Amino acid sequence: MKKCIVTVLGKDTVGIVAKVCTYLAGNRINILDISQTIVQGYFNMMVIADVTDLEKDFTVLCDEMTKLGQEIGVSIHCQREDIFEKMHRL
Amino acid sequence: MINMYEVSETNKMIENENLDVRTITLGISLLDCIDSDLSELNRKIYEKITMIARDLVTVGQEIEKEFGIPIVNKRISVTPISIVGAAACRTPEDFVEIARTLDRAAQAVGVNFIGGYSALVSKGMTPGEENLIRSIPRALAVTERICSSVNVGSTKTGINMDAVRLCGEIVKATAEATKERDSLGCAKLVVFCNAPDDNPFMAGAFLGVTEADAVINVGVSGPGVVKKALEKVRGKGFEELCETIKKTAFKVTRVGQLVAGEASERLGIPFGIVDLSLAPTPAVGDSVAEILEEIGLERVGAPGTTAALALLNDQVKKGGVMASSYVGGLSGAFIPVSEDQGMIDAVHAGSLTLEKLEAMTCVCSVGLDMIAIPGKTSASTIAGIIADEMAIGMVNQKTTAVRLIPVIGKDVGDMAEFGGLLGYAPVMPVNGFGCERFISREGRIPAPIHSFKN
Repeated sequence: MKKCIVTVLGKDTVGIVAKVCTYLAGNRINILDISQTIVQGYFNMMVIADVTDLEKDFTVLCDEMTKLGQEIGVSIHCQREDIFEKMHRL
Repeated sequence: MINMYEVSETNKMIENENLDVRTITLGISLLDCIDSDLSELNRKIYEKITMIARDLVTVGQEIEKEFGIPIVNKRISVTPISIVGAAACRTPEDFVEIARTLDRAAQAVGVNFIGGYSALVSKGMTPGEENLIRSIPRALAVTERICSSVNVGSTKTGINMDAVRLCGEIVKATAEATKERDSLGCAKLVVFCNAPDDNPFMAGAFLGVTEADAVINVGVSGPGVVKKALEKVRGKGFEELCETIKKTAFKVTRVGQLVAGEASERLGIPFGIVDLSLAPTPAVGDSVAEILEEIGLERVGAPGTTAALALLNDQVKKGGVMASSYVGGLSGAFIPVSEDQGMIDAVHAGSLTLEKLEAMTCVCSVGLDMIAIPGKTSASTIAGIIADEMAIGMVNQKTTAVRLIPVIGKDVGDMAEFGGLLGYAPVMPVNGFGCERFISREGRIPAPIHSFKN
């Protein structure tokens, strides 16, 4: 299974989760875990997702997610899970 | 599974604390390009580099985007040109032709530096090697991307003082040849003792003859990350201090290992080593000096600096070795002056001197690095400084290097500007007493007694 981590940071507004999840679903990306908090009005979300069935290039996905973030007015990062796994797990 | 805290810690390191992979350096052997015909040699060198390195930059950019980690430099190191060009080059000017070819090849594949315009002369010099060394001032003046190095000593062979003397003159001549740009050429020229074959960092990178046809070496960085982590253990004991540095170095190195593995797989080129270095940049919050100050010094250069640096260097290695299967290159803390804002500030404040920097090089990787000195400094004094630094490397069985910039037309108190990652530096005073009679002696300093281990 190939996993990626999507992080969303920014001012809370209506429909952030919906828009991000719709985009992921549209690209056949299965969500494995979501955690989300609001700290002092700031929206903070992390999604662990399975990108095994992704049809487009992963770098295209990264670009599109960044663009989606700009449209919603939040910052979205999409990274391969390995960087976190390597850094925090022996 | 990875949790939110871990994800945000990693991303904070990248976004706020300047965590990056400093360089992916593709080592390319040019041994199979050797030819007695100079134009044929140049053709083969250009073709081999542009063929093997054609995807280096794109693959680097892909990895950056997919993992969200900046890879600051993509570079190339090659077999020392003194060996590659020996059969074809009769004069220093012939070697300059090869420098031009390397420069064109580097430009064609989009890398900013190519290292390996080098000669390894720790015991003696062949005519080819001497020609290469004599060609360095011109080669660095007429090219943009070439980095040059000369290995003049080792623990096994002693110090080749004829080469040290010549290098003093060459550093001076290089400064003269690039005087319109604050003697920038000298920022791309390193004189080594015990130079490693697999160093990914410029300006001293070259691919040794013990290496494979092509190899990926990666240099990590992250002084800002260590500094931030240490802010949380202010006032705590040494055990906690060391533990924090080790853990941080482990995390930083794991990223390097990941990037090295990915680059190796995507380029189809074997992975060589990860170089565990804390490499600063002139950016605020990316400074080794600031780490030393966080450890407890009022200013870097104050009493205690050498001990703090020894501790830092050792803990970085201890944390890093477990994070990577193969560690090599220089591996340790770099202490360049012009590339580290904290060092620059310490020089300005009068806390850091050339002599203290020399003492610091006994306990960390590399040596007297990116130090601007008055342009009027004589070649023999420069050779004397080189000899001192080489002796430290030889006796301590470690790599040491000298990258001094005698800035022509400038004196103590003036500022030299090199631009970009090379930064800027205040011109530092040099001991005014001479060493001419010492430097003019011919021959070699013998290898130290502890080198006879057989």
